[in-house]
Amino acid sequence: MIDLVEVKHIAQLARIKFSEEELQDLQKDLSSILDYFHKLEEVKIDDIKLSSHLSRSRNTTREDESSENNSQINKKLLELAPETKERFIKVKSVFN
Amino acid sequence: MDISSLTIKKIRKSLIDKKFSCKEVVESYLDNIQKLNKEINAFITVLDKQAIKQAKEIDKLISQGETLPALGGVPIAIKDNMLVEGERCTAGSKILDNYIAPYNATVIKKIKEQGGIILGKTNLDEFAMGASGEYSAYGPTKNPHNLEYVPGGSSSGSAAAVSAQMSMVALGSDTAGSVRCPSSFCGVVGMKPTYGAVSRYGLIALASSLDQIGPIAKNVEDAEVLFNVIKGKDFMDATSYEQPQKADKKVDIKNLKIGVVKECLGHGIQKEIVDITKEAINKLEKQGIRIETVSLPHLEYGVACYYIIMPAEASSNLARYDGVKFGMRREADNLLNNYFETRGEFFGPEVKRRIMIGTYCLSSGYYDSYYLKAQKMQNKIKQDFEKVFEKVDLLLTPTSPFLPFKLEERLKDPLSMYMADLLTVPANLAGLPAISVPAGRVGDLPVGIQFMAPQYEEERIFKAAKFFEDLC
Repeated sequence: MIDLVEVKHIAQLARIKFSEEELQDLQKDLSSILDYFHKLEEVKIDDIKLSSHLSRSRNTTREDESSENNSQINKKLLELAPETKERFIKVKSVFN
Repeated sequence: MDISSLTIKKIRKSLIDKKFSCKEVVESYLDNIQKLNKEINAFITVLDKQAIKQAKEIDKLISQGETLPALGGVPIAIKDNMLVEGERCTAGSKILDNYIAPYNATVIKKIKEQGGIILGKTNLDEFAMGASGEYSAYGPTKNPHNLEYVPGGSSSGSAAAVSAQMSMVALGSDTAGSVRCPSSFCGVVGMKPTYGAVSRYGLIALASSLDQIGPIAKNVEDAEVLFNVIKGKDFMDATSYEQPQKADKKVDIKNLKIGVVKECLGHGIQKEIVDITKEAINKLEKQGIRIETVSLPHLEYGVACYYIIMPAEASSNLARYDGVKFGMRREADNLLNNYFETRGEFFGPEVKRRIMIGTYCLSSGYYDSYYLKAQKMQNKIKQDFEKVFEKVDLLLTPTSPFLPFKLEERLKDPLSMYMADLLTVPANLAGLPAISVPAGRVGDLPVGIQFMAPQYEEERIFKAAKFFEDLC
């Protein structure tokens, strides 16, 4: 069983607020899921080399040119933000 | 108007012959949605006005004697994790409850260019995380064949809509089986293309190294037509590619050897599923198809491997939902608490669970024992496939290890839900194309079988699935 303190620490990293009850449920669920992962230890995999997921190894690149400024899409994207000021998305101050 | 027997080809011919108008077709489907959606809950958003408007445009095209594009007049339902410009896109989550798509996904752009008519946005497990449709924040979808059962997930609404004649075809997305599982449970055809065959631009990401968009249809031919429209390289998705042109263009099913994966007919697979799969194998053998028993020795490790890789990627992908740039926000006293409150309130329990697993696996000190190990296992599974495909051209397995289950049956135990991916996830881990086709029923519950092929060999799975479909 993983420690409740550890569950709380992970919740901090994940930036999610949980109730005490939720944290206890998570402790139980995470423990059984992490236990299940130990199944992987049944197989010797140390000799496996890591390669890219795709068999196509060629990288995709494009010319280093700026694309046309699309003010329509910029406007729409800004409209989706909960709070804006002029052409900027507004957030609460990070430094006090 | 009887829409149950319509296919893309038939709609096309009937429209050109003026047997009925596109508006009539679309209205028939919209009527069905109106009648059935309350119970089945396949659609989150119905785009009735837009669909009628598009239908009228198609009718105008026909009356002017213009050529009908590939999907001209074909009603399509879209999983609500793909962006349709100007329409709401929720991904089944309350955190995107107010989100209006600012642009079209590449697949939507292509469908619109080819005259496809978008009927609406379909229900799904929140952010495509689930195998039953029950993790949607907009209520569970029901299986049209029996309303007490789940339709499978996560493309629950898309498969249910096609199955219940609420749409002719649909798009889903498949990260571990999310197109194939609900297709099997709902008795329709669902296909996951090779990784990169279809652009994901405008698809709300779950696990980017595995996600792929695929078609759902009543028959294999319609699925293939839809796949041919949406596939291809896209500047906006660097992982997309152009299908390589092959010299041996004509694939003859009689020349292909099908491998039956022995691990898929043994331990952990429900007896009824094994029986139907064996029956399917017999049917194929009787037609002179060469069958060979093969082994994928690491198949059983796919789920453990996947439930490390996917949450790791998902926890990063879902970091963007912070109440700052778009979506819902819950105000608090400072910026950091804004994040905590927003994510705590608007993410559902399964999404939170997976973000927590992913964050744990990626956190300092655990990377080697989880993520690295999972990646190595992924390679091992890939090697298994490479070896097997030296001997056979295609693989045949059941799609799901068990029958559609009752609503709420697996909700309490997340691991039992994860097991639904057992036979579908290997294709995602290896980037292979795979298709689920209906193979039989147990009572009123449909059962599908799955064909898998090497990367880029979509033609083989379509050929095999069509051949099998004709035998049923």
